[in-house]
Amino acid sequence: MINLSTQIHDITLRNPVMTASGTFGYGEEFTDFIDLSRLGGIVVKGTTGQRRQGNAYPRMAETPAGMLNAVGLQNVGVDTFCAEVYPRIRHYDTNILVNVSGSSIEEYCDVAAKIDALDAIPGIELNISCPNVKQGGMGFGTRPEMAAQVVEAVRRVYHKTLVVKLTPNVTSIVDIARAVEGAGADALSLINTLLGMAVDVERQRPMLSTVTGGLSGPCVKPVAVRCVWQVAHAVQIPVIGMGGIVTAADALEFLMAGAKAVEVGTANFLDPRTTVHIVEGLEDYCRRHNISDINEIIGII
Amino acid sequence: MKHITDFTIVSRRQLGEHYFSLTLQHPATLPPVAAGQFVEVEVRHCREVLLRRPISVHDVDPAANTLTLLIQTVGKGTRQLATLAVGDTLNLIYPLGHGFSLQGRQPLLVGGGAGIAPLLHLAKCYHAQGVDPVILLGGRTRELIPVRDEFAAYGTVHYATEDGSLGERGLVTQHSAFSADYDHIATCGPTPMMKAVGRAAQQRGIACEVSLENMMACGIGACLCCVCDTDEGHKCVCKEGPVFDITTLTKWMNTK
Repeated sequence: MINLSTQIHDITLRNPVMTASGTFGYGEEFTDFIDLSRLGGIVVKGTTGQRRQGNAYPRMAETPAGMLNAVGLQNVGVDTFCAEVYPRIRHYDTNILVNVSGSSIEEYCDVAAKIDALDAIPGIELNISCPNVKQGGMGFGTRPEMAAQVVEAVRRVYHKTLVVKLTPNVTSIVDIARAVEGAGADALSLINTLLGMAVDVERQRPMLSTVTGGLSGPCVKPVAVRCVWQVAHAVQIPVIGMGGIVTAADALEFLMAGAKAVEVGTANFLDPRTTVHIVEGLEDYCRRHNISDINEIIGII
Repeated sequence: MKHITDFTIVSRRQLGEHYFSLTLQHPATLPPVAAGQFVEVEVRHCREVLLRRPISVHDVDPAANTLTLLIQTVGKGTRQLATLAVGDTLNLIYPLGHGFSLQGRQPLLVGGGAGIAPLLHLAKCYHAQGVDPVILLGGRTRELIPVRDEFAAYGTVHYATEDGSLGERGLVTQHSAFSADYDHIATCGPTPMMKAVGRAAQQRGIACEVSLENMMACGIGACLCCVCDTDEGHKCVCKEGPVFDITTLTKWMNTK
């Protein structure tokens, strides 16, 4: 029997495979294709204090081995989430984390406090790294003092596992990670998307309505693995790695670089069964390499 | 219920320079596919293409467990799909989206270019419920109306081409058949064409559905990339569409 179970603070994952916020809806969109109880956890859509429409179309562009998005946190808002979405999804047999977003410290705290009251949600992922909103988002995640301020404030109102999602669009992700750890985060997740841009040369216009957007997909993986490796060696709290994971081998890169779990994002669009294939691939890898516990290889690099 | 399945290509037809069709066989019993629904096609062996391509279902043959896709070669993804041959497999996520309502006793179906694709399955579905629609197909030239004969079995077919090479010269909205009496219009094609059809329908008080084609990533309502600005806010074309009633698209109808 191979043990794939890992621990993110108070949350026990049956395996290290989770889904990345904004790529997996509320999980419901995927139940025709996979059994969610096969997954370590899911992180549902970024949730803000009020309902948001997001940015104008077009807000997606395909790029070599990746895609840009500028969705801009379209979501139903925390009250509708609690009243309508949560009752529909709370019974899923997996760890459900809510990605918490905002434009101000007050908004982050308001959303976090409301999610704190939901029994079936063992943790939140605090999104201080969205590149697609004018106010807040990445603005909080690019300066250590600001990042620490948000995390300290949310820490006071949120009592379960507090994961903080970091942006790679900084000079030193380690400085941000240390500041967030010092402010009371229980875990870190990284990386959010890389700020990018693409131009439609025939029409001589940007591909996205917002001009810039967040780059994700296989093309970002080496950057993401590097960030995870740097951060995992600099902090004591667990790290969840993500960025361009499509296969079990991709996930293993992150685990070996120091991540205790991984989130799969863009690859959910390519094949909605990707996460389950990765779980199976991890089991197969452990079998082939005579590994009885996946934790044996976490952080070996 | 949505599925993900490897289909086998059992037939490939080249339809002029710009279009081809692929008939795909399901390995077992093909689940029901409504008119106006689409599939997300995986594009393999192409370095430049990461995402699936949304393609509307052109025809369904439940007896043969096949569905047919009519594809216009427009970009890297569709150029790669054009290289596929009989015997190759193609992975599909399907059936996706919200299709046509099949309302009306005297429906008019208006298609332009690649937008002709879903109208064959739609005409067939109308015919199956005892209603023979009027089908009006348009394009700049004869070559850009890729499929013709197939429609005649399910309704009355008319053509409009801008150069007069097939049917009446002019736009679909200028065609003599366009101004006849209808109680429902369904349209799919270039956005300016659909808006012109929609506005005319509105003026004449005829119910009208349009099938939108926005850029998509997931096709199942997860990524929220393909939104249309409807009267009730941003809605996913892949999930709440691709077919919308024009009464819900005030802003879309009133922008150029």
